[in-house]
Amino acid sequence: MALLELREVTKDFGGLRVVDHLDLHVNEGEIVSVIGPNGAGKTTVFNLITGIFHPDSGEIRFEDQKISGLPPHSITNRGVARTFQTLRLFLNMTVMENVMAAAYGHTKGTMVESMLQLPRARREERRIRALAEEKLAFFGQRLAGYRYDQPAYSLSYANRRRLEIARAMATDARLLLLDEPAAGMNPNETHEVTELIARLRDDADYTILVIEHDMHVVEGISDRVVALDHGLKIAEGSFNEVATHPLVIEAYLGMRAAEEAV
Amino acid sequence: MSPVPEDLTGPGLPEPPVPPDEPDGPRVGTDEWVAEHEQRRETGKGLTGVIARVWNRIPPPGRLLVLLGPFAIFPFVTSEGNLFRYGLITIIYALLATGLNVVVGFAGLLDLGYVAFFGFGAYLYGIMASGHSGHHLQAELAVPIVVASTALLGLLLGLTSWRLLGDYLAIVTLFFLQAFVIFVNNANGGLNDFSYPFVGKVDLTGGANGLDQIDPLNWFGLKITTTRGYYLYTLIALALVMTMLYFVNQSRTGRAWRALREDPLAAEAMSTPVNRLKLLAFMFGAGVAGFTGTIFGAVQSGAFPGDYDVGLLITIYAIVILGGLGSIGGVVIGALIVNGAPELLRSSANARFLFYGVLVLAVLVAMRPWYRALIVLAGTVVFGLAVHAIVAATWSRGTDGHIEGGGALGRALEHWVLLPANPQRIAGWAYFALICAALVLTVVRGWWRVVVLIPTLYLASFVWENKLVEQVSGATRLILLGALLVVIMNVRPAGIFGTARVEVV
Repeated sequence: MALLELREVTKDFGGLRVVDHLDLHVNEGEIVSVIGPNGAGKTTVFNLITGIFHPDSGEIRFEDQKISGLPPHSITNRGVARTFQTLRLFLNMTVMENVMAAAYGHTKGTMVESMLQLPRARREERRIRALAEEKLAFFGQRLAGYRYDQPAYSLSYANRRRLEIARAMATDARLLLLDEPAAGMNPNETHEVTELIARLRDDADYTILVIEHDMHVVEGISDRVVALDHGLKIAEGSFNEVATHPLVIEAYLGMRAAEEAV
Repeated sequence: MSPVPEDLTGPGLPEPPVPPDEPDGPRVGTDEWVAEHEQRRETGKGLTGVIARVWNRIPPPGRLLVLLGPFAIFPFVTSEGNLFRYGLITIIYALLATGLNVVVGFAGLLDLGYVAFFGFGAYLYGIMASGHSGHHLQAELAVPIVVASTALLGLLLGLTSWRLLGDYLAIVTLFFLQAFVIFVNNANGGLNDFSYPFVGKVDLTGGANGLDQIDPLNWFGLKITTTRGYYLYTLIALALVMTMLYFVNQSRTGRAWRALREDPLAAEAMSTPVNRLKLLAFMFGAGVAGFTGTIFGAVQSGAFPGDYDVGLLITIYAIVILGGLGSIGGVVIGALIVNGAPELLRSSANARFLFYGVLVLAVLVAMRPWYRALIVLAGTVVFGLAVHAIVAATWSRGTDGHIEGGGALGRALEHWVLLPANPQRIAGWAYFALICAALVLTVVRGWWRVVVLIPTLYLASFVWENKLVEQVSGATRLILLGALLVVIMNVRPAGIFGTARVEVV
C-alpha cells in the first residue's frame, strides 16, 4: 500500500506552472529518489507535501488520509518530516536542544505544568532527552557526548546535515523527506550519506523520499527513481531505466545528446 | 582548518569508541579545532571572561540569590523615600522587563504595545477597587481577574502576529499603545465619550486627570500599606516569576519559543504550532505586565495616562536590551542600571565618581594591549599636574576656583584640574574643543591615539568640573547615562548577560 500518494498535484506561481499534474507514490519501506535539473520543481514538491505550500489542484494523501491543506506542523505530526536543502537549523540553540525542539508535536506538557515542575512535565522532559540521545546516537560519535551542549553554529557543514536528519527523526515521523542530503559534501562523506540512508531504512524503519543531484548516491540507494522536468514527471522506474531514458538525458544534456544516445 | 580530513572513519573502518562527555585530550577524527574554538569563545578573555566562568559555575538557585539577595537586605538599611525611588521602582521595572523579555527575547516578536498591558492592568484594578469607581474588590479576586483579562487582551493583540512580523508588527502594536493612551485620556464619561451598550455613558478612567483613590492591595483582608510592604511583595513576585520562567525556558515551550525566534519556518516544519506559541508568548508577557500594573496602581493609589506612554516603553526596552535579550537574570541588572543610575546622578558627588569611574573603565577596556591603558592613565595624571603647575605659575586666576562638597576626590582634583575663577566662556570653548578631540580620536590609530587621548581626557575632566557638574540634575545626568550605556553596550554588545547570537555562518 502506498504510504504517501500525490494525485494530479498542480502548483502555479503566478503564471508559471511549477508542478504539473504530478502523480507520485511512495510505498512503505521504500527509498524513492527524485531527480531533475535545477528548477524542475523538486523542492516545490517537498514544500507541497509538507504543507508549506498548498496545491492549486490535486490531492496529497498520507496513510490513506488527505493531508493537503493542513498546516505544516499537523502534517509533521501525522508522520512526515523533512530536512532542508539550505540548512535551517536553530543555529543559536545547542545540538541537544535542536533535536529536543522537534519533539514538540508528540509531547503534551503545558506551560503551567512546566512552570510548576509538575510530574508529567518532568517525566516528559526526561523522555524527550532520552529520545534525542537515541536519535543522535544514530550518527555515532559525530554528534555524541561533548557535542550535546555546543551551539549548532559550531558544527561543521557535514555535521549540520546530520543534525538536520536527527532533528527530523525526533519528530517521530515514519516518512523522511531528505532534500539533497549529500550537497556540499566531499566524496568520503557522500559515500557515508549513502550508507546512512540505507541504515535509516533498514535499521530505523523509515520510508524515505530523497532529492539528490549526486548520481552515485541515487544509484546506491534508490529502489525507484522519479525524474522531473518543468514540473512534469518525465520518467519513473529503476535507476538504470531512468538514467538511460531519452527524456531524462535531454533534460540534463540537451536535445542533441539525447539523439546521440539513442 | 587542519589539512587532516574531518572524517577518518570511512565506511570501511570500524566505528571508534564513543568519547566520554568531557574531552580530556586531543582526538584525531573529531572536530577538535571547532570544539576548542567553542571553549575559547565561551570563556572569553580578561575580567568579563572570569566573571562569566564563575557565574556559569553557580547553580541556578544560587544565581537567583546573588541577583535578588541584595534587594532583600535593602529595605532594612535605607529610608522609605530611597526605598521607593531606588528599590521599588527598580523591581517593578525588572518585573515588567521580564514579561517583555518573553515576547521580544524568547519569541523574537517586536511588541511595541507592551506598556499598554501594564496600563490596562493598573486601570482595570483601579476600576475594580477604588474610591473613584466605588467598587472595592479584594486583591485575591481582582488580581486574578486582571491577569486573566490582560492575558486575553494580549491574545487579541497577538493575533496580529499571525500575519505580521518585524517592522510591521512593531507598527501595529505601537498603534495599539497610542490607541490605549488616547482611550484612557477620553473615557471619562464626558461629552466626547462613547455611550456603552446597556449602561450608557460611564466614567471609566477619569480621563486626563487619571483614576484616583485606588485601594491598596488587600489579600484576604491583609492590606499592604507601606512602601516596604509593596517592596517585599513585588520582590517575592519577581523571584517567583523568574523561577517559573527559568523552568518554562527549559521546557518544550521555551525550546519552541527559541526555535521560532531562530527560524519560524523550520520550527513549523518540525511540528511546532508557531502561531499558537506566538500567542502564548504574547499572553505570558501581557499577564506579567497586567500583574505589575496592579502593583503600580496600588502603590501610586492612582492610574494616570501619562505614566503608560512611549517613554516608559523605551525605558523597559533599554532594560531588556542592556540586560541581554533572552536572559532571565539580565533584566534585574538592566533595571538596576537604567533606574538606579539616573537617580544616583542627582547628587554631584555621586555623579563625579561615576564620571571618573566611566572614564577609567572605558580606557581600561578599550585600550589594547593593557599597558597602553596604563600609559594613558598615568600620562593623563602627569599631564594634568604639569598643566596645573604651569598655569599656577603664570596665571593665578586659572586655579582660583574650588570644588564644593567634593570630599577627598574633590580636594585631590583641585590640585590637578584647572578651575578658573569665572569659567563660563572658557568652559564653553573647551566643550567645543572636547567634541572635536573626540571626533579626531575616532580617526587616528595606534600610538597617535594614545597621544591624542591624554589631552582629551584632561579636557573632559576640565569641562566636567567647570561646566557639566553645575547642571548635574538636568541635562548632564542624561548625557552621563547615555555615555554609561554606550560604554556598557560596547563592552558587552549582546547585553550584560546576553550571549552573542550568530545569524549566518
